[in-house]
Amino acid sequence: MYRITGKTVLATGVVEMTIEAPRVAKAHKPGQFLMVMNREDSERVPLTIADSNPEKGEVTIVFLEVGRSTIELGEEFQVGDDLFAVLGPLGTPTHLDRVGTVVVIGGGLGVAPIYPICKGLREAGNRVVTIIGYRRKDLMFWDDKLRSASDELIVTTDDGSFGMKGFVSDALKKLHDEGRPMDRVVAIGPPIMMRAVAEMTRPWEVPTTVSLNTIMIDGTGMCGGCRVGIGDETRFVCVDGPDFDGHKVHWDEMFARMKVYQREEREAIASSPSCRLYFETLKR
Amino acid sequence: MSETVDIAALGGVKEGEKKRPRSKDRRLEIACQSVEARLKNFDEVALGYSPAEAVAEAMRCLECPKPRCVVACPVHIDIPTFIGHISRGHFVEAAEDIRKYNNLPAVCGRVCPQENLCEAACIINDTNPNNPIAIGRLERFSADWQFGHSERRADSVAKAPATGYKVAVIGSGPAGLSCSADLAKMGHTVHLFEALHKAGGVLMYGIPEFRLPKTIVQKEVEYVQALGVQLECNVVVGRTMPVKEVLDEFDALFVASGAGYPNMMGIPGENLNGVYSANEFLTRVNLMKAWKSEVGTPIRKPRRVVVVGAGFTAFDVVRISLRLGAEEARIVYRRSREEMPGRGEEIEHALEEGAIFTLLTNPVRYIGDDNGFVKAVEVQKMELGEPDSSGRRRPVPVPDSNYIIECDTVVVSIGQTPNVLIPSNLPGLATRWGSVIKVNRETYMSTVPKVFAGGDAITGAATVILATRAGREAARSIDGYVRDPNRGWYPPAV
Ligand SMILES: Cc1cc2nc3c(=O)[nH]c(=O)nc-3n(C[C@H](O)[C@H](O)[C@H](O)COP(=O)(O)OP(=O)(O)OC[C@H]3O[C@@H](n4cnc5c(N)ncnc54)[C@H](O)[C@@H]3O)c2cc1C
Ligand code: SF4
Ligand code: FES
Repeated sequence: MYRITGKTVLATGVVEMTIEAPRVAKAHKPGQFLMVMNREDSERVPLTIADSNPEKGEVTIVFLEVGRSTIELGEEFQVGDDLFAVLGPLGTPTHLDRVGTVVVIGGGLGVAPIYPICKGLREAGNRVVTIIGYRRKDLMFWDDKLRSASDELIVTTDDGSFGMKGFVSDALKKLHDEGRPMDRVVAIGPPIMMRAVAEMTRPWEVPTTVSLNTIMIDGTGMCGGCRVGIGDETRFVCVDGPDFDGHKVHWDEMFARMKVYQREEREAIASSPSCRLYFETLKR
Repeated sequence: MSETVDIAALGGVKEGEKKRPRSKDRRLEIACQSVEARLKNFDEVALGYSPAEAVAEAMRCLECPKPRCVVACPVHIDIPTFIGHISRGHFVEAAEDIRKYNNLPAVCGRVCPQENLCEAACIINDTNPNNPIAIGRLERFSADWQFGHSERRADSVAKAPATGYKVAVIGSGPAGLSCSADLAKMGHTVHLFEALHKAGGVLMYGIPEFRLPKTIVQKEVEYVQALGVQLECNVVVGRTMPVKEVLDEFDALFVASGAGYPNMMGIPGENLNGVYSANEFLTRVNLMKAWKSEVGTPIRKPRRVVVVGAGFTAFDVVRISLRLGAEEARIVYRRSREEMPGRGEEIEHALEEGAIFTLLTNPVRYIGDDNGFVKAVEVQKMELGEPDSSGRRRPVPVPDSNYIIECDTVVVSIGQTPNVLIPSNLPGLATRWGSVIKVNRETYMSTVPKVFAGGDAITGAATVILATRAGREAARSIDGYVRDPNRGWYPPAV
């Protein structure tokens, strides 16, 4: 069960993996995520589903090797290995109604999860303008996939080594300054980027959906560890989200809650041999 | 491989002899790990009776012809009979007899609130106050003995011939396990779906190792599987599979999804770091084993802990905190000691281990530091007023009584309600308060044909034994339903 059927290193530390999980592949809708456990003693890690193939019974995830579990998954697991658990699809799917023109923004790793969203929005009859941003050219991945799923694609790099120099939010501002139609914005990526986008679109009054990636334990609505303030309410990201109205998210609370386990995570990385090895290779 | 028991040496009743009950004796205490030792580990606190102790305790039982304990037991275990077996050295038979009524004796013997049930009703209380037969400990003894001394082989269980009917059970807590086991014995094909990666429900993620070892729970799960039940973990019905798909594929559905949604108070500061729901704290520690250093899931080591509430959950949290090395672990409860719903033995153990009780006190807000971590809780004193609908006196705030308790961890343990996922994905399913599934109390059928429900999902957070009973009674009713050619005669839910 849950056999790894494909693995590609897309860029340094960015890994694409396909996993056999027939039920998840069959039920998956854009915007949903899954939880992975490498081994019986591993933590449960939430990862957005970047693609699914119900016929083959496979799902695709793209992850960044940042913490102990993702480094172990990327470094120790190969095609043919089995994962202990894969649970999904979780969360409420992204709304894909027809609104006109949707600007879909993917920053860094966020490029992967927007792929099914772009496809879905387009199938629903929207014009999809996609902005994807990376730090540098050598960290780029899936730009071709996104091009095929969008009506228009804009690529930014922080250092200008490819496409437009700057952040995704700069590209968004440019579109707005040019007076281009924009009926809705969907932004997925690092929380800093999502907040920047949400703050930018607030005065324009363009509905903006963001996808939150809080800490999670079960992912089924049982523990409340993923809770975050949305407007006047506390919501559970794993069941009520991960999509929320970016203008209503309590970003300061969200940022604070992401840091709860920073110290423990550092200790975990220090105690894991494959993590140490990974960081040594990175340095070289 | 049943071991022969030398009953004479153990002081029990020999073959052909009459029992002379020693009901005047004191109830036999159970050996426990010392407080110092147990605070340094997560091993079980109560060590269990030795055979000699079990026989001695069993010898106190009068084996009443009209036993009150049986009436008080929610599943009416034939208590005098199983205790009679123990006093005669027939330990495996004792366990087998209990299993006729209760699918989870090793679990219930450990976690039932016996002091409010069978043991409260025991007639010996009348003549020898506070010394009822230790029914729970004897139940545990016989079940543990059976695990250790006989191959409890599922293939030797009398199973009805296959009926060809397929039943889906959602949730593998005590209700789901018990229902699945009985349905399998009745000859039905049973598919048991569990959302988490381990079966057992609260028995796995909620109740800590030191009260209920997880190997015991897994033995029960394995037994249910050996009966032929197909267990599939990592399936959230309503997400991984639409409820409709399950309905189409099976002849009946038993919803045993428990009460897993954590209640919070909605007071300021509840989303600060270091403020947990009991479920998060317990899941990290029990299911994910965060107390072991080698596992992946972390837990911030608490130093000064405030636990809000005084039920089963609160005591588990406070005792876990002490084992994680907390210097101060405090129960803050808005009523008084008498109203505490927790299990007596647990309250005792928590006190022995150094838990502090701050009673008639309620939090009003949590105060954070500059980094968003909780550093204190502002509480308010309470006094007891008129009784409320539960019959307990309602706590009312004392004006101008607020003060501050410093802490770095808060665990809100004020109860759980059922999750809305299944009700919201099953059109026509009637609920109370939006999530508690309404069923007919005799048939366990909901307002949707084919759909039955039981356990915490229909009552809100209750007890293991009530969930186990619901599973068993629902199995009987489901059996009647699937075999009925009309499948229409079931009184709908009320
Ligand atoms: C910390 C704690 C301590 C307790 N201590 C005691 C005690 O000492 N004595 C006692 O008698 N009672 C105790 N209780 C209460 C007791 O555990 C519960 O009443 C009992 O477990 C309820 O059983 P259940 O089968 O209805 O549900 P649960 O045990 O809650 O099991 C429900 C299962 O269903 C699964 N599930 C939910 N939704 C879905 C879905 N959509 N798809 C698939 N699976 C799903 C859940 O993951 C879970 O595994 C305690 C409870 C807690 C929280
Ligand atoms: S199941 Fe619970 S109430 Fe019934 S006899 Fe056993 S301990 Fe007592
Ligand atoms: S991760 Fe536990 S409730 Fe969301």
